[in-house]
Amino acid sequence: MLIPCPVCGPRDSREFTCKGHAVTLARPQADAPPEAWDAYLHLRDNPAGPTRELWHHNAGCTAWLVVERNTVTHAVTGARLAGEVAAR
Amino acid sequence: MRIDTNWRGDPAERIVFTFNGQPIEGYRGDTVAAALLAKGIRLVGRSFKYHRPRGIFTAGSEEPNALVTIGSGADQMPNVRATLQEIHDGLEVRSQNHIGPLQRDLLAVNDLLHPFLGAGFYYKTFMWPRSFWERVYEPVIRRAAGLGALSHDHGGARSEKAFAHCDVLVIGAGITGIMAAYVAARAGADVLLVDENMSLHNRHRHFDDPIRDAQGITHFSPEDFAFFYLNALQAMPNVRIMTRTTVTGIYDGGSYGALERTGLHLSPDAHPDLPRETFWRIRARQTVLATGALERPIAFPNNDRPGIMMLSAFMRYVDGFGVLCGRTPSFFVTNDDAHRVIAGLIARPEIAQAIRRCTVIDPRPEARAQGDYRLIAGAEVIDTRGRHGLREITVRQGGSQQRIETDLLALSGGWNPTLHLTCHLGARPVWNAEAAMFVPAQDAVPGLHPAGACNGTLSTGGCLRDGHTTALRAIAVLGLADPGVPVPQAGEEAGNGVALWQVQAKGRAWLDLANDVTTKDVAQSAQEGFASVEHMKRYTTQGMAPDQGKSSNIGALAILADATGRSISATGTTTYRPPFVPLTMGALGAGGEGHGFAPERKMTSHAATVARGAPMIEAGLWYRPSYFPAPGETTWQQACDREVRMVRQSVGVVDVSSLGKIDIQGPDAGAFLDFVYTNTFSTLPVGRVRYGLMLREDGHVMDDGTTARLGPDHYVMTTTTAAAGQVMAHLELVAQGLRPDLDVRVISVTEQWAQMSVAGPLARSLLNGILDTPLDTAGFPFMACGAVRVHGIEARLFRVSFSGEQAFEVAVPARFGDALYRDLVARAEALGGGAYGLEALNVLRLEKGFLTHAEMHGRVTAYDLGLQGMMSPKKDYIGKPAAARPGLLEPGRERLVGLKPVDQGGILTAGARLFTKGDPHTRPHDQGYVTSVGSSATLGHMIGLGFLRHGPERMGEAITLVDHLRGIQTPCEVCAPVFFDQDGGRARG
Repeated sequence: MLIPCPVCGPRDSREFTCKGHAVTLARPQADAPPEAWDAYLHLRDNPAGPTRELWHHNAGCTAWLVVERNTVTHAVTGARLAGEVAAR
Repeated sequence: MRIDTNWRGDPAERIVFTFNGQPIEGYRGDTVAAALLAKGIRLVGRSFKYHRPRGIFTAGSEEPNALVTIGSGADQMPNVRATLQEIHDGLEVRSQNHIGPLQRDLLAVNDLLHPFLGAGFYYKTFMWPRSFWERVYEPVIRRAAGLGALSHDHGGARSEKAFAHCDVLVIGAGITGIMAAYVAARAGADVLLVDENMSLHNRHRHFDDPIRDAQGITHFSPEDFAFFYLNALQAMPNVRIMTRTTVTGIYDGGSYGALERTGLHLSPDAHPDLPRETFWRIRARQTVLATGALERPIAFPNNDRPGIMMLSAFMRYVDGFGVLCGRTPSFFVTNDDAHRVIAGLIARPEIAQAIRRCTVIDPRPEARAQGDYRLIAGAEVIDTRGRHGLREITVRQGGSQQRIETDLLALSGGWNPTLHLTCHLGARPVWNAEAAMFVPAQDAVPGLHPAGACNGTLSTGGCLRDGHTTALRAIAVLGLADPGVPVPQAGEEAGNGVALWQVQAKGRAWLDLANDVTTKDVAQSAQEGFASVEHMKRYTTQGMAPDQGKSSNIGALAILADATGRSISATGTTTYRPPFVPLTMGALGAGGEGHGFAPERKMTSHAATVARGAPMIEAGLWYRPSYFPAPGETTWQQACDREVRMVRQSVGVVDVSSLGKIDIQGPDAGAFLDFVYTNTFSTLPVGRVRYGLMLREDGHVMDDGTTARLGPDHYVMTTTTAAAGQVMAHLELVAQGLRPDLDVRVISVTEQWAQMSVAGPLARSLLNGILDTPLDTAGFPFMACGAVRVHGIEARLFRVSFSGEQAFEVAVPARFGDALYRDLVARAEALGGGAYGLEALNVLRLEKGFLTHAEMHGRVTAYDLGLQGMMSPKKDYIGKPAAARPGLLEPGRERLVGLKPVDQGGILTAGARLFTKGDPHTRPHDQGYVTSVGSSATLGHMIGLGFLRHGPERMGEAITLVDHLRGIQTPCEVCAPVFFDQDGGRARG
């Protein structure tokens, strides 16, 4: 699998580690109700199709990326810097 | 026999190898199979279950029968296909799966027991008594049924791994692949052409089908065509050609695995540096699949004797090796292509001279002979004879039968496209009823274009056109222009036959020669309810041998379809998975042995440490000294006790460079640390160090460590050795993804700084010997930090203690680490101290109740550790909301305590469970567990840390430590987790 790192270009997936769904970037406010924190910490969809995940280019530029890929075809359709996604 | 035909081998290069100890002469370029057949040796092995005599069935990697063992000792390789292995001087070849000589295998008795050994007999027969399975049945079965064995010697057989990248990968160098490679190469693509065989251009159809150039002026034979284009390809700088390389699997994103038989064809003595095999990982932007087709056998009674082989194999031995496998050959064929092949063959003068009689049996009544041979049309072979090799066949034509003497029977039942690779990403092949073959599904693999016979195109003209078209498709995706290569023209005729899966006649007809599965087994499987193709496969073991059913899968499912009254397309195929051919573990794991298994991280003190005789232990990827043995010491415990006393009484030195060091800079560095630590760092004065606790977002402890403020916008964090990578990734995520509003940068400097801890009452005196400006107590108090100069070198000094003693950590650029360590140890020894290792370090920290990842094991909270006071109520930080959940603040949770034995000599063990005194030692009464123990040289007894329900409320209580695994029970007293110098005065001194 190749991941198109915006910094390094297309790189082998072995240079990356995956941290699960990119919902991790949407951290609730500290005083959000427990239900919001429960959902943030524990509840994840298991889509058959497109998904957005956080990948860390730990053996490369150390950037965290939001990678869009398809869980059915394994096709990687895009990758953006997590910082850009979070700051939008 | 060897005949002088258009064989391209070199008769001058004679090679001698041995088969079962008997010397055999062949020529360079021969496979083992070709060399044996040239000498008239037909019996090469025994079958898997019934131990029937078996010969060479094919000429390629699909071979089900001729599996042999090569080499001996550490170099022994079992289950090598004799049809691929080339001979070299000194090669030892042995047949497999027999007891006694190959000709008189004692286990041939199994064949007489065949009525009892049908499909599923293991499951039905070996049911009782139950205990017999492991002790009796399995060992007996393993001895009786099986293939070659490993030698159990370590070493030998070196393999390598390698990587390749290309624009266009062409798999298979027949005319289709050559055409495709040529077009792609002319377009300027970086082309990689791989083929499984030792030579290129191995056709599946062996008849003369002239190829004309686009103008129709020049005529080539297929050989000359291939020769011409291959020469052109070899001359192009953007083309790489790999022979003896099998693409074994397709993976995501254009990744391909391939096995190259790099040195297996050469004597290891003459080429000691050559790897035997190389496992390639190939990354291709576009791929043309031109793997051709495998000829389809026909099932009829006793179709498994040596001397029965595929027509394409028979022809390959003639054309590739000059070996004629029979002088009275007969042919059982179902298609016109086969007639053209046979007609072309016997028209060659040297063949006509060599063979005495030629008979062709065709089940089609309308079949017409196309040459000078005897045709029996509308007929079938219904039996064969010959104990160790074919002698006679029985042919049924209408109501009459006749016996024909023959020494070879070649089969051609049509073609099965070699589409295995197209299924590796989950696609299923599609049944083409008209052509009676499975063809690849549309777009089965992104970027992979099947062409030619593997795509169901069998004619020469069609293959050339296919190769051309798919190459154009591939280069268009790459954005390259059509180079305008004209398409050569050739015959459009192909196949024209019928599918004959099995002959209806009495007797056992083999489908899967490799696993001894007959047509009857498949029918029985359906009858007993295993009617799905996947169930049939597992019940009969059809297709589960090393050949993965390459020659039997399609026939078996056709017969299953027949037995269950379904169509072939409704029956479907089993799943095709990588690898396409068997892979050795040595090739897959190449480079991963010994030091290659994992990276080894060594501290700058490594050489000096090893020189002192310290045994090294692994801490993650790091190597750290366990202890430093002194003269007269016989156990590690003696060394550890001495080192602990040394640090408590004088001074010790330990390299702590493996701890993670993270440099944090920026105007918002303080705010950033406030967000990742539970306690506050923005208020830390410059020149001070603070202990910090870090949570995961789920409220559990991630790591601890000290962070020093070197300047207003500059901090340096230390992490534990174990969690350094995790903490670094976490900080990156927070900085980039969670708090992009903060102006901060983080970088690991673990390897840039060598850091040594100097601990003990004499630590300051020792340091003052190396510092350009000596320290006094007031100038550098506990938890101070700052820049210093060591022997004129700029260094950093941190007054932190993991031992509870007066201690300093001095950090220098890594290139000075070795010198600093040697100097510090020498000075410590002069003061009555010395180096200490991890065992002593662990006891020292246990005596002080300091934590490691034995305690911070991922399921504990700050509250469990008694560190709730470090959780700042004034700010938000990672893990704060989750850590406030009521369940994580329950007093009844297992919480950190110290443990000491009631009797001075009581033994504590890590991993033991804790029980209230008097309770049964069973799970419902479990009160907690022990995480770390050590023998305290300072206190004279063992001490431990553990987690106990209501722990801090139970100080002084007598409880029972129970280690069920080691059979230990020790009465213990619950105490505070700090055993020594509770007020910390020694560290501040």
